[in-house]
Amino acid sequence: MHRLFRKSLRDYVGGALMVLLGLAAILEGRTYQVGSVSHMGPGFFPVWLGAILACSGLAIIVYAKLFIPRDEDEDMLPPEWRAWMLIIASVAAFVGLATYGGLVPATFAVVFLSALADRDNTVLTAAVLAAAITLVCVVVFWWALQLQIPLFRWG
Amino acid sequence: MIAQSLSDLWYGFSVALMPQNLMWSFFGVLIGNLIGVLPGMGALTAISMLLPLTYSMHAVPAILMLAGIFYGSQYGGAIGAILLNLPSHPPHAVSCLDGYPMTQHGRGGAALGITMIASFFAASFGITVMVFASPLLVQIAFKLGPAEIFSVMLLGLLAGATMSRGSPLKGVAMTVFGLLIGVVGTDVNTGAQRFTFGFTELADRVELVALAMGIFGIGDFLRSVNRIHFAGHEAKVRFKDMRPTKAELKRSFMPMLRGTLIGTLFGAMPGTGPTITTFIAYAVERKVSRHPERFGHGAIEGVASPEAASHSKTQVDFIPTMSLGIPGDSVMALLLGALLIQGITPGPQLITEHADLFWGLIASFWVGNVLLIILNVPLIGLWVKMLQVPYRFLFPSALLFIAVGVYSTNNSLFEVTEVLFFGVVGAILMALEFPVAPILLGYVLGPLVEENFRRAVLLARGDLSVFVTRPISAAFIAAALALIVGQLVLGWRARRSLKRMQPA
Repeated sequence: MHRLFRKSLRDYVGGALMVLLGLAAILEGRTYQVGSVSHMGPGFFPVWLGAILACSGLAIIVYAKLFIPRDEDEDMLPPEWRAWMLIIASVAAFVGLATYGGLVPATFAVVFLSALADRDNTVLTAAVLAAAITLVCVVVFWWALQLQIPLFRWG
Repeated sequence: MIAQSLSDLWYGFSVALMPQNLMWSFFGVLIGNLIGVLPGMGALTAISMLLPLTYSMHAVPAILMLAGIFYGSQYGGAIGAILLNLPSHPPHAVSCLDGYPMTQHGRGGAALGITMIASFFAASFGITVMVFASPLLVQIAFKLGPAEIFSVMLLGLLAGATMSRGSPLKGVAMTVFGLLIGVVGTDVNTGAQRFTFGFTELADRVELVALAMGIFGIGDFLRSVNRIHFAGHEAKVRFKDMRPTKAELKRSFMPMLRGTLIGTLFGAMPGTGPTITTFIAYAVERKVSRHPERFGHGAIEGVASPEAASHSKTQVDFIPTMSLGIPGDSVMALLLGALLIQGITPGPQLITEHADLFWGLIASFWVGNVLLIILNVPLIGLWVKMLQVPYRFLFPSALLFIAVGVYSTNNSLFEVTEVLFFGVVGAILMALEFPVAPILLGYVLGPLVEENFRRAVLLARGDLSVFVTRPISAAFIAAALALIVGQLVLGWRARRSLKRMQPA
């Protein structure tokens, strides 16, 4: 299995995240009308969901504290920051380039950048793959399925 | 009653065999099989990628195609598990255990053949159950008021949360998180904008495809990048090799039957995922076998039973989804979402109001399963080749298909940003070992749960006890409680035996 966090830490962080999300939902939900059981407002359901989420987060933390042994020996994997950033950047580039550059640069960018995320791909293989997929994309999506993005556009 | 069902079924075949519907069914099965074979892609990815295509289609062909993708990809997943030991789709992880050793012994073809036979047999059984059980269930369903529907959904959500893999507590948290995502948008009762944070694009709810593709597509890529390699090794399978021997057939007949029954049982229970079903089928087979030591070394029973279970479950899963509007797992949730987008509300009235859709779908299951067999005979060689596409080429291409597919749902780039957001969220949650499938279930059921809860309480004039004073509703609430208690007891036992094994 792929593990990024130690087992105990994983549950503490996860539980805390759920508590935060739950509290955020309660706070935001309270700005809508909450109402009472007999007169429920739009905020009623989200506030209670937030409360349940926060409670389950607490329960995850308590459970981890009580039952999960600290720091077992596990194979830890190094984080893949470069790959993660490239994949995120590739989708962001698609959004940006589809707006300001057109379908061809957007397609090329998303495939090229995300292919670079895999260490086994070189700049050359990534570029070749991107070019090939761009061609497929133009034929299938733009020509055959009439996708509503022009091939090229400026600004 | 039975005669009525049969004549309805006859009508269904006339719908399913209309050239246009048959074509889409075929297309769905083909694409599903193709995507299912690709490493790292399962039914969820396949359906969400093609969902946008159905928005402009008529409801009947759309749903026939999506269902075809579903069971097609399921079959495709088994190929990767058996031939290359790649569980591209968690429910098939079990098929690796004995399927891959069979391949190593040169019987991979036979394992695939048995898979095909078991799938068809189990699917046929599941369909038969569906034909006769659905009208019965509908009669009950008409008696359900909002309070009962809320309780059934609660049971389904709890089952989905606690019976998937991993910690039940974390499953509950994810279900609630999904329900909260379902809240985003315009409140139907008051028109209030909830959790939209000023984005007008969010007024119309979070896009289903964006959520599904984010979590199951991008989230998965983020997790698997540089961790999945595999240069394909040579596994040659021709059609001739797919014929199992007489002895193999005989050995796998009873397991097939048991697997089918287990799948049917689990399909009828809302919320039980496909993975747990196949694992239980495998465990049962090992328990009843006279030679449990053969399991894990290429026992054909270990392939036949789980594969049968997964296929009968798939079919039976459609019963609560279509006739109650309560999806059993995340794939069903996605299909339910597709129906809602088509303007069709699943529920007891669906069978009468959309008879063509319902019976057409059932008949198309049979047609689709036959197509699947016909398709896999000549194409098995091609599938084996596809299995060898390296992940480093696969995921960048899939990323593009996701981006373009999500864009085309509403011609909006905002939704591509949504995919990215949910992808990152999904990857973080998976790294923290949260099960992510319940999110989708919560999201799809969210509005229905809220609507029925509000209506039930309103009808009872603010009296919350309505959920336990109405008998049917009380029964479901009791079942939900029993589920929680059962989980607690099981968890406690597991911990105790763990402690005994490794004394501190």
